[in-house]
Amino acid sequence: MGRITLDKVQKAFGEVEVIPPLDLTIEDGEFVVFVGPSGCGKSTLLRLIAGLEDVTGGQIRIDGNDATSVPPAKRGLAMVFQSYALYPHMSVRKNIAFPLRMAKMEQAEQDRRVQAAADVLNLSDYIDRRPGQLSGGQRQRVAIGRAIVREPSAFLFDEPLSNLDAALRHGMRLEISELHKRLDTTMIYVTHDQVEAMTMADKIVVLQAGVIEQVGSPLELYKTPRNLFVAGFIGSPKMNFFHGAEAAKHDAHTIGIRPEHLTVSTTEGTWKGTVGVAEHLGSDTFMHIHPEANPSETITVRVGGEFSATHGDTVFLTPADDNIHRFDADGMRMG
Amino acid sequence: MARAVTTQRKALNTTLAWIIGLLIFFPILWTILTSFKTEAEAIANPPVFLFFDWTLENYAVVQERSNYMRFLWNSVIIAGGSTILGVLIAVPAAWSMAFVPSRRTKDILLWMLSTKMLPAVGVLYPIYLLCIQLGVLDNRLALVVILMLINLPIIVWMLYTYFREIPGEILEAARMDGAGLKEEILYVLTPMAIPGIASTLLLNFILAWNEAFWTLNLTSVDAAPLTAFIASYSSPEGLFFAKLSAASTMAIAPILILGWFSQKQLVRGLTFGAVK
Repeated sequence: MGRITLDKVQKAFGEVEVIPPLDLTIEDGEFVVFVGPSGCGKSTLLRLIAGLEDVTGGQIRIDGNDATSVPPAKRGLAMVFQSYALYPHMSVRKNIAFPLRMAKMEQAEQDRRVQAAADVLNLSDYIDRRPGQLSGGQRQRVAIGRAIVREPSAFLFDEPLSNLDAALRHGMRLEISELHKRLDTTMIYVTHDQVEAMTMADKIVVLQAGVIEQVGSPLELYKTPRNLFVAGFIGSPKMNFFHGAEAAKHDAHTIGIRPEHLTVSTTEGTWKGTVGVAEHLGSDTFMHIHPEANPSETITVRVGGEFSATHGDTVFLTPADDNIHRFDADGMRMG
Repeated sequence: MARAVTTQRKALNTTLAWIIGLLIFFPILWTILTSFKTEAEAIANPPVFLFFDWTLENYAVVQERSNYMRFLWNSVIIAGGSTILGVLIAVPAAWSMAFVPSRRTKDILLWMLSTKMLPAVGVLYPIYLLCIQLGVLDNRLALVVILMLINLPIIVWMLYTYFREIPGEILEAARMDGAGLKEEILYVLTPMAIPGIASTLLLNFILAWNEAFWTLNLTSVDAAPLTAFIASYSSPEGLFFAKLSAASTMAIAPILILGWFSQKQLVRGLTFGAVK
């Protein structure tokens, strides 16, 4: 079980309010990602749930029980830290067994569980090494192993992949997702990387300045962002925004079109522009186009990998009408 | 050109370090040398440096007159006991200051250190009276407690600087893993801080070993450590420099040997936090 409810949870450090009163429910078994720019309060929120920080106001319930003033050790949650936070003086085996040892579990059962976790995470070959002798990815696996052995009611991940290189990060992303499928346990995952959020989450919570901007499934956020912030934050490359006359044509203050919802032609289209930088990724090409009407701006557009255009070429862009996002003067979604 | 300057400077630094080192070591060397001289040679003018009749007579006399082992044993108990007791108290104190600091933590640390600025003789009278009242004058246990209290600020400071170097996330991980405060300190913090704790133990053992003011004033026979052993050869028999030197050499030998073998830890302990 792992249903976590935040009820008007609030956090201030001295005079500075980091998180104004906030409500959120995380269902049992859900993979929830807190995403937002640095300093948006996502890590603080996770630490409040973990019990590593005290709330200034409000209530945290875990499976219906008030956990607001329960110490972290007694909340039944496991956490994976950004720095891995392994115990440097213990072997991998002892690191993984530590929570079981704290729970005063029988030695035979401890051994069995540690071995099972090591097998699942491919750590069996390193089980007697110290963390200092492991690579970043292996350390991260040990940290995950330490979290899973105690069978917590929920896992908390605090930017666990940000210290890994790109290839490893992708691999670990899959491993964590797979782990979630297999364990079917609530996971709360904090990241500033919207790709991680989109690929892993059942539910994304977008935060800015301690305020929840939107909660929804990855596709909900992608298709119907509630405001300009979410529209700009979710999706890669970023959504293009148009103000003024272009927006007025659609009765909006601002309109947004994602790079993948623009078609490019060399002969005809709605907007004329010149090609600036073209980023060829092989499968895709991202072109940065300067519109003729306003050459200082840049429109990003995604085209197939085979499309070739070079710097200075004239091209025409046509937005897909169905995929135009309209926002009012307050930056909120219209219609 | 630049390299020549660096080499020159290096040579200069090395020479300077040797001169300072020898200056500091000279009194100890002189004491050791004197302990092997006859009383006449010890006060000879001009002093003889190396070319004298080496003799072990002084050591024999000193051993005959007083029971060295008893003093040594007292020193070990007083220095060792006060150091261990001090560390046991200082670990939780330093933990709280390093990991859950309050607004007043810095002030408290400074206040604790400020007690070291008080001249010890200022509190001799009250402590002496207290010892009489409690009937613990010339008592080893009383000295263990008093020396522990005297060195406690330094122990707390040293451990505090060590603990500050330990990433807080590891302790948080322990908390998440179900460790209570006791387990966190016992199984995670302390093992990680062992190098720091070791050099703290060592330095304080040396400080307590060499502590003379309190040990001389609060002991007479039963609890007298090596400092009293040396002193017994200085005041009533002030002219017997060779025997005094022999007694001093015997008193400092254990700590000198200990210090020699633990140089690395000591240097690390003393310079910790200064260079990152």
